[in-house]
Formats: sequence, structure tokens, C-alpha cells
Amino acid sequence: MALPQRKTDIGPPHFEQFLPPVIKKNYGKWKYHEVINNGSMVHVAESGDKLWTVRVASPRLIATDTIREHCDIADKYCDGFFRYTTRNNVEFLVSDESKLEPLKKDLAARGFKTGGIGPCISNVVHTQGWVHCHSACTDASGLVKSTMDELYDYFETKTLPNKLRLAVACCVNMCGAVHCSDIALVAVHTKVPTVKHDLFKNMCELPTVIGSCPTRAISPDPANKSVKINPDKCMYCGNCFTVCPPISIKDAERDGVAIVVGGKVSSLRTNPKFSKLVIPYISNEPPRWPKVVAAVKLIVEVYAANARKHERMGEWIERIGWERFFSLTGIEFTVQSIDDFTFMRDTLRTSPAFKW
Amino acid sequence: MKKYNTPLIDELEKGPWPSFVTEMKKAGKTNEMSNDAVGHLEKCYSTKLGYWKHGGIVGVLGYGGGVIGRYSELGEEFPGVAHFHTVRLNQPSGFYYTSKALREICDIWDKYGSGLTNMHGSTGDLVLLGTKTDALETIFAEYSSRGWDLGSSGSALRTPSCCLGQSRCEWANYDTMGLTYALTQEFQDEIHRPMFSYKFKIKSAGCACDCVASIARADMSIIGTWKGDILIDQAEVKNYAKTMDINSEIVGMCPTQCMSFDGKELKINNKECSRCMHCIAKMTKALKPSGERGATILIGSKAPIVVGSLLSWVIVPFIKVEEPYTELKDLIRKIWDWWDENAKPRERIGEVIEMKGMRSFLEAIGVPAQPQQIKEPRKDPFMFYTEEDVASYKAKEAEEKKTGVYKF
Repeated sequence: MALPQRKTDIGPPHFEQFLPPVIKKNYGKWKYHEVINNGSMVHVAESGDKLWTVRVASPRLIATDTIREHCDIADKYCDGFFRYTTRNNVEFLVSDESKLEPLKKDLAARGFKTGGIGPCISNVVHTQGWVHCHSACTDASGLVKSTMDELYDYFETKTLPNKLRLAVACCVNMCGAVHCSDIALVAVHTKVPTVKHDLFKNMCELPTVIGSCPTRAISPDPANKSVKINPDKCMYCGNCFTVCPPISIKDAERDGVAIVVGGKVSSLRTNPKFSKLVIPYISNEPPRWPKVVAAVKLIVEVYAANARKHERMGEWIERIGWERFFSLTGIEFTVQSIDDFTFMRDTLRTSPAFKW
Repeated sequence: MKKYNTPLIDELEKGPWPSFVTEMKKAGKTNEMSNDAVGHLEKCYSTKLGYWKHGGIVGVLGYGGGVIGRYSELGEEFPGVAHFHTVRLNQPSGFYYTSKALREICDIWDKYGSGLTNMHGSTGDLVLLGTKTDALETIFAEYSSRGWDLGSSGSALRTPSCCLGQSRCEWANYDTMGLTYALTQEFQDEIHRPMFSYKFKIKSAGCACDCVASIARADMSIIGTWKGDILIDQAEVKNYAKTMDINSEIVGMCPTQCMSFDGKELKINNKECSRCMHCIAKMTKALKPSGERGATILIGSKAPIVVGSLLSWVIVPFIKVEEPYTELKDLIRKIWDWWDENAKPRERIGEVIEMKGMRSFLEAIGVPAQPQQIKEPRKDPFMFYTEEDVASYKAKEAEEKKTGVYKF
């Protein structure tokens, strides 16, 4: 059978055709919104029109049949219109209030979970992990599922002082802005890679490999027509492996998960911040990574119990001081938390004003 | 189809959060590729290792990106994932869909791919996860003939994305979705045919809340802002006062301390407001921006590799964002020209600006130096003076001698 005619450089379809009528009518003319509960909110337009949003949890990795089920729900209650969120959940949009409760009942009956709106946990940003990525030190989806199972109440019903944004990076490439999260899991290698010299010359570009190293640990090895790695400088980021497959770095017993906290991307009250290293290493323990999950839960609960209303994790920590964060959580302060990379001088405590 | 024993990943079907394992098995019931992906993943869980190889060059005729090659090291054991490439479809702005459109996407995908998707990838594309090399041209013909194009990959402009902006949010200062669509159409060549030293990402946020994390992960962050006063509805303020301690939660948390509330009237000294969005976000019925609306342009953010992570920093404090967005498009091209001329391979623009300095960059794009671009001035007096700089100082002083008035 003949293929349909391919077209190039057409770009995406225009979003206008996907906007429900109430949005088309009130585009740019919204007045305010109210969060009703974790699972729903209502936006009110200047015209008086209302739009209810019901947010539904999604694992991001979904089968076509699940998308079809989302479509069925949208057809039944939303005239076929719905959307996904920037953090991978689903949102059903209702402009007729009489459809709201039936929608919620139907979602519940089908086993869909609603929540994630307002000062709580919405989802965990993550990428492919062992499901699909060549450089993963861990499985992202498994960590997400394990963590969200444990923290589920903070999605569905409980609230926190402010939003808590979680993310997982399966390696230091961090494919998803993990580096500015309230709590993020960053999977790491802990051993210097090995180079397969016989394959190197056919597959790798010398300057690219040397230039890929953040700590200049790689230098030419002319005898082997390859490179050598200085074990005193290498901190096993794996970027050399990324640009050169014959460099091998994965290690089942030595790869693990680090935990960083305190980042934010918004500018509300305080400037955006990076997440900072507080736990340097927990072994990979699939399928549920119990120690990683326990660590995240501990940090969330100490934050919930101690932060003032509207304080994000990083703002709370900056107010109380990092020494107080470590004492309140009981997390052991390790030397890895002291920076030794290029910009370390800005991270050291240049004042004797600290707490005991 | 082979039935895999998956005791480890079966554990992840338990619990309240929706299970990706359930999703993979759902697709795997009728699709051999997904079924093998399930077996493949169980093996990873049992050995604690991944088995995917580096990319490989696959794609469709005429494009240099949009398809991520992926091959399993265990292609003989799991033939369904011997090739398991990703096809990125450029998403509609704001991730809005109709059921009709998504059903069409699903039907095509089930026919030629694994039936597994990511809604969505981190950059924003709709990710079709897992197909074979010989299906790629067919997949592209089926989708593009129905109005769907591929997203981007490699050393190109990556698929632009945005928050939902004016479609539903009262705080959006410009049409993020309209801008994103326009930029995507304008730069189709740069999206589909990698021609840069490395990737370049543009993300558009309607306000300082930055619900698309633009400032953390876009080379060019376009963040909505305004120039006028914050309008106050005092009646609504009084309503909020019933459930909120306005003085400690709002006034006390204002970063510039430009607000006051005496129980009767909320006052804002707008000249001293830094437009952080906290008061507006917490009292949305009572407060709204007014005056000229537009965006701040920030540049440079990226993940840790190679020089460390960067947050985007201000280069253009205010730009109007109105169709046809000519000023913005011209600025983007100037930025790319300078980046092209100065970058080494795999150097992100933020890294190049750090190497070459803001002066070179600002001069090339025609933007003057302004205090809004810095958090603080330099501390070490290792600065360059050009002959023109010194000549201008001397000329200024000569003028001062004539007028008798200093102009610092």
C-alpha cells in the first residue's frame, strides 16, 4: 500500500484547535483562581465564566491504551478536550459545574488518583533510567514509584508549607532540571572508568574525549593510541563514556544514589537556587530502594514540621542554617558536602556566625 | 509471545501511585516490543545494570534529528528491543489535545511501534518510546501527513516549550503558547538540521513562578514581567485577612519590604517592588499587575556537565512580546551568530559567555550593560579597559571642567 505523502518542516499543529471553547473565549482574560483541594481548582474569567481543573496522577511512561482511557474520560465530561502538565500529570478541564462530581466519581471508579495542586507534592520529574537510557546509573521510574508510594498522602490530601518539587536524575547529565528541586535523587558512579584501548581508536575522537572531562583527568596515551585517566582527578561523572562508548563506567555494586535538597526555580520571595548535596551515597537496592525512600521521607517530614508557611525547603534551610538542617534531620555530614569543584570559594562559610 | 517471569518489577505494581510497570505490561500484552522491554527491564533490576547502547545515527530523510537511536546490548536475548528507537513528536503548546487527535496518534503508534509513550519528555516533546529502524520513514509519513512534525535532538535548537500562560493563568504577562508556536515555526531549519556547536533550548514562562523551569534548564529563558503598579482590591484584601496573617505571611515575606498593612489598607510602594510574584500568588483575587506587559530575557542555564550547572542570568530586562515577535527573533539570531563564532564543539552558550565575558556578548547582540544583569558587581579589579573606554573617561572629565559639574 502506498504511504501517505510525507511533509517536512511543518512544525506542530497549532494549539488553537485543541483549546476548549471556554479557554478560547477567555484567552488572556482570566481573573483569579481558587484551589478547592489537592485534586481540583477553579479559574474564573473576567467574563464570569468558570473553568474547573481536575489533576490526575500519571507515571509519565504510559501505554496507548491508557491514553485512550484519558480520551474516553475527556469525551464523557470535557467535550474531548484535556491536557498534560509540565510535570507529567493529566488535567481534565470542565466548564459545566454539573459535570465535576460525576467526573471525579468516574476517575475514582477507574482507579485514577487525583491530587497534586497547591502546596503539596505533584509528581516526580524524571527520565528514562534502565527503561531506555545508555548512561543510567539507576532506574528512574522505579525510584519515582517507590518514593511516591511512600509520600502518596502528600499528593492526595496532605499539604505542606509550600510546594515540594521532587526529581530523579539517573546520571549527572540530569536530563530534566533536577538541579533546582526541593529534593532530588542523583544517581552516581563511584569508580574510575576503564578504557578499552583497542576499540578507542576506531570509535572515539581524542580532543572530544579530553574536552569532555570536567576535572581534566584525561590525557592522551600515545602508546595505546588512546587516553589515560588520572585516578586522582577523576570523579566518575561518566561524561567521557557519553562521548566514547569504549570507556566503561557502570558498576552494579558501586553505582548508587545521592540526595540533594533545597533548590527552587521560582523567584517568589527569594531567588532561584540550586539543590545541594546532603547524602553522598546510598546503594542501588531495586526494586524499591527502601533506604533512599526512607531518607526522602525523613527530609520531607522534618521540613513539614519545622518550616514556616510559604517557606520552600531551601528557604527554610537558609533561615535556620545548614548546620541546623543536619542536626534536625540527623543526617551525617560527610566531606562530600564540602565543594571542591571550580566555584567552591563561594560555598564556604566566611564568617564565625554559625550555630552549634 | 514469550511470557517473562518478573518478580522484581512486579513489586512495583503494588502501592497507590500509578505504576509504570502496569503500563509496560499493558502494552506488552499485544505488542512484542513492549513485552520484550518488560523482560529486559526485569533483567536490569536483577543485575542492577542497564543494557542500552549509545545512540547510533538513525533518522528520517532530510532531518538530522528528532529520532533517538537506541539498541540493546541484549538484542539476541530480547529481540523485541534489539532496536528500540525514540521518535519525538513536537507537542502542541501547553500540552493541550483533543481525544480525536490523541487517538489518531495512538493508532499509528500501535501499528508501527511499541505502544509505549512518555507524556511528555523533559524538553516537552511527545515521546514515542520504541520502534525499529525500518519503520521510521513510514512513521514519519503517517504522522507528518496528518499535521504532526518531529521534535528535535542533537546539536540543534531543541523543541521550544512553555507554560500554559494566557490559556488559563491570570498571571501570564504575554502569550507564552503563541510565542512558542511562532518561534517553532520560524526556526524549523535550526530544529530539524543540527548546525550548532551543541544544543540550545528556549523555554517561555508567563511570570516569575516559572512553571516550566525555564530559568533552570533553558539556554534562553523568556520570563514574563510588567512595568506598572500592582492594582489592589482592598475589599478582597480584607477577605484574605480572615484566613491569613497578612503581615507575617505577605508583608513580612516581601523581599524588598515595600508593603504595609494596618488591618484596614494594604499599601505597596511600587517603585521598590521587584515583582517576585509572592503577594500576587497568595492573594490572587486582591492583587494584579498593570501597565506595560512583556518579558525578561535571561541566558545561560544548563545541567552540570561540563563546567557545572548554571542558572540563566538577565541580559534584557524588558522586551515587548507581541506578534510577529520580530525583535525577539532578531535577538535570537544575533545570539546564535555570536555563539557560532565563539564556541568550541559541545560548548553551551552559558559556557561560552563565561569564557569570553559578558562584554563581548553584549556588544555582539547590541544590548547595553545594566545593573539588572548582575547580582553584584565584580570584586577583583581585573578589568579590561579599551582605548575607547579611557578616551571616554577623559572626554567626560574635560566636559566636567567646562561645566563645573561632576558626572560620575
